[in-house]
Amino acid sequence: MTPPRSPGFDTLSLHAGQQPDPTTGARATPIFQTAAYVFRDTDHAAALFNMERAGHVYSRISNPTTAVLEERIAALDGGVGAIATASGQAALHLAIATLAGAGSHVLASRALYGGSHNLLDYTLRRFGIDTTFVDPRNLSAWREAIRPNTRVLFAETLGNPGLDVLDIAGVAEIAHAAGLPLLVDGTFTTPYLLRPFDFGADLVCHSATKFLGGHGVAIGGLLVDSGAFDWERSGRFPELTEPYAGFHGMDFQEESTVAAFLLRARREGLRDFGACMAPFTAFQLLQGIETLSLRMDRHIANTRAIVGFLCEHKAVASVNYPELPTHPDHQLAKTMLPKGCGAVFTFEIQGGRAAGRKFIETLRLFSHLANVGDAKSLVIHPASTTHFRLDDAALRAAGIGPGTIRLSIGLEDSADLIDDLALALRASQKP
Amino acid sequence: MAMQLDIHGHAAWAYTGGKAFNPTLPVVVFIHGAEHDHSVWALQSRYLAHHGRAVLAVDLPGHGRSAGAPLARIEALADWVVAVLDAAGVATATLVGHSMGSLIALECAARHPQRIAKLALVGTAFPMRVADELLNATRDDEPTAQQMVNLWSHSALAHYPGNPGPGFWVAGVNRRLMERQRAGVMHADFTACNDYSNGLEACRSIVAPVLLVLGKRDVMTPPRAAQDLIGALPNARVVQIEGAGHAIMAEKPDELLEALRAFVP
Ligand SMILES: Cc1ncc(COP(=O)(O)O)c(C=O)c1O
Repeated sequence: MTPPRSPGFDTLSLHAGQQPDPTTGARATPIFQTAAYVFRDTDHAAALFNMERAGHVYSRISNPTTAVLEERIAALDGGVGAIATASGQAALHLAIATLAGAGSHVLASRALYGGSHNLLDYTLRRFGIDTTFVDPRNLSAWREAIRPNTRVLFAETLGNPGLDVLDIAGVAEIAHAAGLPLLVDGTFTTPYLLRPFDFGADLVCHSATKFLGGHGVAIGGLLVDSGAFDWERSGRFPELTEPYAGFHGMDFQEESTVAAFLLRARREGLRDFGACMAPFTAFQLLQGIETLSLRMDRHIANTRAIVGFLCEHKAVASVNYPELPTHPDHQLAKTMLPKGCGAVFTFEIQGGRAAGRKFIETLRLFSHLANVGDAKSLVIHPASTTHFRLDDAALRAAGIGPGTIRLSIGLEDSADLIDDLALALRASQKP
Repeated sequence: MAMQLDIHGHAAWAYTGGKAFNPTLPVVVFIHGAEHDHSVWALQSRYLAHHGRAVLAVDLPGHGRSAGAPLARIEALADWVVAVLDAAGVATATLVGHSMGSLIALECAARHPQRIAKLALVGTAFPMRVADELLNATRDDEPTAQQMVNLWSHSALAHYPGNPGPGFWVAGVNRRLMERQRAGVMHADFTACNDYSNGLEACRSIVAPVLLVLGKRDVMTPPRAAQDLIGALPNARVVQIEGAGHAIMAEKPDELLEALRAFVP
């Protein structure tokens, strides 16, 4: 028999988590701009506080608009639920703070967004959480770096800056063999291009600021749980499997077989660190997600056109995109990312730092700024901006060349983007 | 908080609703359905445990944290529930069962009328026939069977207030919970439902007050499939919940709680 079909990605992008508002009939998700919620009576209040009833108490802990976004991303990623946070950074912090504490160890890819690297390599060390960084392509390095106090493995679906394609199944197997969960940053791929849970990841964090929103108007993050990791069997997570004095002695794993992680993260990390998402932000991100697949297809089509153009250009020394046979993860990308490898990539301009600077300053359509995943095309030259303090040798060590340019391809007409790039490339090569 | 019991040599596990179990209070036993565990009752069981009842939300044999093989027949599961009462030192209890659990509760009340104070059947039907395609899939292809059941259990793509709380995707929670059960459990459970033939006989022996809670949009056990039971239980109270599919505990947790609160001693 052909099994009944589950609702498709586009249907979930529009409907998961939201129905017309029962009191007003509003079809769009209303912005519930309220800090708190009236209790029906004292028993209702006590039951909400004690998790005997589901519902909203205070918008730091949950909010009806934000909850729609949380359910929607969980549906799209194939998880059990999610927590919306103030930023992508806050989502990563919430994940780690829920699983690790002073004396714990995190094992991370060394190919990370700079902000994630800062959090792990500097800030969390101040709080007693130690991180080891490994080459994400080297599976034995992952295996060998696990320690008795390791609590989580962490990497990006597409690493920074080399677009290393994470072998999620390979790293997840290593994590699971050690009784550990794998947390993956899915910002560059979104669930439309890649669903990390389908390959064995246990937790996903997103900077929703990027492609999920797609408009570059709101900062936000999402932390999604697959619900598949067995905390009890692992035995390494007393925070989830033993009574928590900070919340009515609740043993989260007993309370819910598949929701323990998110219950703890909401009742502890979101409650106490307080990095919640504002309802207006959730509304803006929902507007973006409604058109996620349409936008991603266009981002990819434009990216492919521009990658093709750059590969042929004599002012370009090399292009780094996993769909190219020259990329080290080309084969892996073919199996894991058949719809495309995202819309952020780098290339090397001939002529080093000076040419890079000239190129950036000549571009008109591309915006020179430090972000990715906007509907508008973006550009940055790391050697003259984010990494300007480093000399050429230090740059190389970070996987960046003096002539490395990073593009984030938007939704403009690709012919106009190519014209803009052609003009700037020509200018960059003039003495 | 939980209770660990030894039933016929196998460890049996029950969630006690976040309170220590006190058998001097009125006891309520929650019995989950096929391919599930105690956590489907998280909200309702926790509420009653904090409102004057002693709660046991069991994991049936072979499910969740309870050891042993799944039992093949509803009759055996009904006796197992009484063995749990014995082991926990409980003389009489109210049973609340969902789907397969409702058949277990019904049969248990018929076989052991002196032990059962009241009976709440949630998302119930008799006979609980399982379509051949589904029954075969539970044997040959569990992921497909789980997908079918998950789709047929939910009536909507959005739920307020979310289960077990805001921010949870109800269909995702149910899917992972089914995936957590051991291989073979699903086929054993659906076979037990399909094979159970004593429902109307059982109704004749019921002396306890009965409540049926049905989801108006349930396509697994639609309200019309409960009509024979309702006919055989002339004094039963019937509550139909608007906008609920089969997964009533998750889709309409508050409405179900109201029905139970008004009924459970
Ligand atoms: C891959 C990746 N992860 C996380 C973040 C952090 O997200 P946010 O800026 O929303 O805090 C970013 C931001 O650039 C990112 O690119």
